[in-house]
Amino acid sequence: MNNILGIILTGGNSNNLGELSINRSSAAMPIGGKYRAIDFVLSNMVNSGVVSVGVITQYNFRSLMDHLGSGKEWDLDRRTKGLFIFPPFISPESNSWYRGSADALYNNLSFLRRSDEEYAIIAQGGNCIYKMDYTDMFDFHMQKDADITIVYREMTDFEPDDLKRLGIIQKDSDERLTDFQEKPLHPLSNNASIGIYIMKKSLLISLLEECVAHGDYDFVKDILIKKINSLKVYGYKFNGYWRSMCSVQLYYRTNMELLNPEIREELFKTGGKIFTKVKDETPAKYNYEAEVTNSIVGDGCIIEGIVQNSILFRGVTVNKGAVVKNSIIMQGSIIEDNAILVNTILDKNVQVTQGKSLKGEDNWPIIVGRKAIV
Amino acid sequence: MKKHEVIGLLLAGGQGSRLGVLTKEIAKPAVLYGGKYRIIDFSLSNCINSGIHTVGVLTQYQPLKLNNHIGIGKPWDMDRLNGGLTILAPYLKNEKGEWYKGTANAVYQNIQYVDKIDPEYVVILSGDHIYKMNYSKMLAFHKEKKADATISVIEVPIEEASRYGIMNATEEGSIYEFEEKPEKPKSNLASMGVYIFSWKVLREYLIRDNAYQDSNNDFGKNIIPRMLNDGLSMWAYRFEGYWRDVGTIQAYWESNMDLIKRIPNFNLFDPGWRVYTPNPVQPAHYVGTNGSIKTSIVAEGCMVYGKVSNSVIFPGVYIGENAVVEDSIIMSNSVVKKGSYIKKTILDEKVVVGENAKIGIGQEVPNEYRPAIYNSGITVVGEYANIPAYAVIGKNVMIDMQVTEADFVTLEVESGKSIFKGGVEG
Repeated sequence: MNNILGIILTGGNSNNLGELSINRSSAAMPIGGKYRAIDFVLSNMVNSGVVSVGVITQYNFRSLMDHLGSGKEWDLDRRTKGLFIFPPFISPESNSWYRGSADALYNNLSFLRRSDEEYAIIAQGGNCIYKMDYTDMFDFHMQKDADITIVYREMTDFEPDDLKRLGIIQKDSDERLTDFQEKPLHPLSNNASIGIYIMKKSLLISLLEECVAHGDYDFVKDILIKKINSLKVYGYKFNGYWRSMCSVQLYYRTNMELLNPEIREELFKTGGKIFTKVKDETPAKYNYEAEVTNSIVGDGCIIEGIVQNSILFRGVTVNKGAVVKNSIIMQGSIIEDNAILVNTILDKNVQVTQGKSLKGEDNWPIIVGRKAIV
Repeated sequence: MKKHEVIGLLLAGGQGSRLGVLTKEIAKPAVLYGGKYRIIDFSLSNCINSGIHTVGVLTQYQPLKLNNHIGIGKPWDMDRLNGGLTILAPYLKNEKGEWYKGTANAVYQNIQYVDKIDPEYVVILSGDHIYKMNYSKMLAFHKEKKADATISVIEVPIEEASRYGIMNATEEGSIYEFEEKPEKPKSNLASMGVYIFSWKVLREYLIRDNAYQDSNNDFGKNIIPRMLNDGLSMWAYRFEGYWRDVGTIQAYWESNMDLIKRIPNFNLFDPGWRVYTPNPVQPAHYVGTNGSIKTSIVAEGCMVYGKVSNSVIFPGVYIGENAVVEDSIIMSNSVVKKGSYIKKTILDEKVVVGENAKIGIGQEVPNEYRPAIYNSGITVVGEYANIPAYAVIGKNVMIDMQVTEADFVTLEVESGKSIFKGGVEG
């Protein structure tokens, strides 16, 4: 796999995440008590043996750059290769933000050209939660002698409405793609692309040049769909857990699903570790009154209250008499005495004062923006 | 190159033999502590938090885990272009090589290392103690007093003073007498094993000390008394705060328990004075639907399905359904299977306790094999040991590293007994 260049496109519009994405790109969404969404795809790349990864950013990338740093935690602080971060820039040829995924890649052609890897693996969207070894996909790509291999998954665990937000594929018996519908009103199957592509780097470069020369900017719409007949595009089936945290509901649901031991086992215990930025917090402390059940608790928490079916990120304080149920509490928030939170998402460093009560609906959690005092 | 005013020399070669099976194959500074740390992390973090980023770590006894832990000093931000962390192990010189004979000899053998950096002052530390201390304040005191040597002291209860090296000093802190473990202590100011010396002075005394055939080559026994004899300017710097030499099983257990109270005696939740350690790369821990945790600290990667109280749980520990853990220290990646009961016990790393086993119950009788080590009611299980299902194990029991079910002749191990690997002591 050290012959494959990794590219993560984190751009994307995250309006559906509402207040949660005001200050961060969707790739930087906190998940599972200590992680950011991008940790999963980046760790997948590292665990698959990819040693050169470019992260192309646009939307609110400051928190993402802060998180990734030099790539130390992913073992990507290398003398040669390693982690590269590409925010948009101005040059004689380009003076705007990235206009689409193909445009973003095109603007960084020099990175593609300069690297000596023969193949490229592109991960579109840094907000997907899954564990995958890309080595098997690469073997499949070689074995099929494909031009492009994409990864698809049977979305049997998705609501029909959610399928309308994905790219739906049709394939023949040899797994070769015959059709690709991007965000269709009437999905023809429940096989959806999860936005991972492998191809030769030289092919990628020529496709990008052609695309941009025609004034097009989108990798899926203007390259993948247009070339589906003229190129050998194959689908590699992924059977594991996969979620894209592209809306508040999916964000909430994905976090809650991590309470399921089988999903945690798959994500964290098999096929390599998930790496993330180190915070040097001390282990969580439970006082005598603590009653914590079915919950994930990060380092640095101090708990004296009742916590059920919830995710507590690092450094959260839950005081005496407070009750936290079915909630996501991000880093550094404080829940004071006797406060009650049900179906609530607290962003970072929120303070819920004594005795306050916040209750959301089962599928429609209340969101409290960062540093708010309730 | 900017000159280093002060460097740290951290003595990390001690075995800590009174920690029994916990230090059988690792040096005392490498013993796990406080739910994610190793003892040496406190001294190293004190250094970096005090602005000392050039530190030589002197190792000798079983350094494998220690070296692995420290690496190039990355977690403490000591992987520096200029200075940083250096591991100083004994090495062969000319025709003969020798081990570090004592603390002073260890520094003597590394005079070259210090000379090359050529600092004005050296801080001599031990990697054995649990405390948070700003050495830069002590250095300011050293400079203010124009001292040749400054020794950090802490007040201990007078009845315990005979266990320490006691400094007798004037009101201002000028030391006029030093007594190593005195039978009748004249003061309660105990040396913490933290010294600041002006390097030129220390260098000379180390060379002289090495020439004495009958010397123990020890700071406390030889260097300090000789400096006092010669009338050097020696000062006691009073430290106030938490400081523990976790040298015995009981002291080690008590100090861990000092972290778990509502207002802990020793507070690690201090953003202004973080304690650094390598990152275990584990997910946040999970508490199961029937799980319960009270008055305890729990690290990342744990899965708690049973009940935990008054305990310290390290990363990656699994506690099964209906298991009960009380007053115990469970180290990294150990597994406590369902239905087992663990009371006042220390499980080292990667221990597996079989289903429905009970540990730490029965009469309080000192250990027959090592009564001086295992006598405080705490049962200790060495790393990689496997405790069979339905075993019943008493108090003050020592279970050797790597014992397997085959090493248990009977499932009932009475208080004060020991189980050895292959049934053989050693």
